[in-house]
Amino acid sequence: MSEEEARYSWEQVTEVCLLAGKIMMQNGGETYRVEDTMMRIAAAYGKDNSHSYVTPTGILFAIDGGAPGTRLIRISERSNDLRKVTLVNDVSRRISRGELTPSEACALLKDIDGKPPVYRPLPQVAAATLSSGCFLLMFNGTAADIVPSAIAGGAGFTALVLFHRYVPAKLFAELLAAVVVGAIACLSVSIGIGHELDRIIIGAVMPLVPGLLLTNAVRDLMAGHLVSGLSKGAEAFLTAFTIGTGIAFVLSMYYS
Amino acid sequence: MTMIAYVNDALPLIGQAVASFIAAAAFGVLFQVPKRTLLPCGLTGMVGWLTYVLLDRRMDAVPATLVAALLVTVAAQLFARTYRIPVIVFSVAGIIPLVPGGVAYDAMRSVVENRYDESLPLAAKAFMMSGAIAIGLVLSEVVNQLLLPKVKTAKHEEPQP
Repeated sequence: MSEEEARYSWEQVTEVCLLAGKIMMQNGGETYRVEDTMMRIAAAYGKDNSHSYVTPTGILFAIDGGAPGTRLIRISERSNDLRKVTLVNDVSRRISRGELTPSEACALLKDIDGKPPVYRPLPQVAAATLSSGCFLLMFNGTAADIVPSAIAGGAGFTALVLFHRYVPAKLFAELLAAVVVGAIACLSVSIGIGHELDRIIIGAVMPLVPGLLLTNAVRDLMAGHLVSGLSKGAEAFLTAFTIGTGIAFVLSMYYS
Repeated sequence: MTMIAYVNDALPLIGQAVASFIAAAAFGVLFQVPKRTLLPCGLTGMVGWLTYVLLDRRMDAVPATLVAALLVTVAAQLFARTYRIPVIVFSVAGIIPLVPGGVAYDAMRSVVENRYDESLPLAAKAFMMSGAIAIGLVLSEVVNQLLLPKVKTAKHEEPQP
């Protein structure tokens, strides 16, 4: 063990742990998994007692014993890319098996961090369109409404991606996307393509729903990570509330 | 119930199964899951939604959601073990159809139309259904942790380099 500790300095190990934690947290990993992964990596490099404190906006990491410092890494932007979480998980497994030195692991993690998403925006819009159509069927809509719901869902997701590219505030992009969904749904009903306005909107709004956040918030709360659970829950609630506001805005215009 | 009644009961279910499979797999794409997990993601969503649809006819929506969320997580845990991939990849796609979007929408619409008294029970129901999802998620995780031995860190089992 002392041989291990001599081989790898605490800076190197902390660097790998923080990088792994950052990538997982930025891309939608659960808090307990992030903490667990960081401590496992440290243990595999001979640092048996380490502490990681993970919140959605920053990670603190310290190693017990001779290590002179605690380090902090800030997370300012979060998105959904579960493939990266999976890849970091694989790297952590390999580290635990003793296959990677800290510098090799660091290079691999940086490579993962820079990878582009698997699905480009176009397939994502196609997926949002498809799922909106399917959700309409699942919520007992009539078959004739599939097309307007799919179009509204696809357009709403496109609006989200486009607005988010130019407007840094995610909530504002979500509000505008919800307005687009509502407007297209109302338009389709008033020109006679659509029939049941409510079901069209519900189907089309599903791709915007903060599902990953909600699931993670609950799991974090139950696992005792109160700070991250509450803050993720707040983010999910805000998103849901914003979408509701956008739709409500369009509906109140439509009915008046 | 006769055979024909059973068949009549099952036919719309096939449509629901196909729709929920496609919807859950499409959500996998939205969450950028690895390509080889798209199929199991769709299956997890289908399991949850079919359970919900079948139970919803016989009981209240809240317990139906609870059982469906429970089965989704069980399926997700099984897939996570076979594919050696974090469980979140599968559970998130399966949970999405159960999110009470319709009820929450109705509640919101009542507010917009100044029918506040009608919106409150709907909002409470949406809240209860999200709680049921949460309990379903956690329950199966607890059972999973109790039944299956915890995976040890590989460090202690392998010779030091």
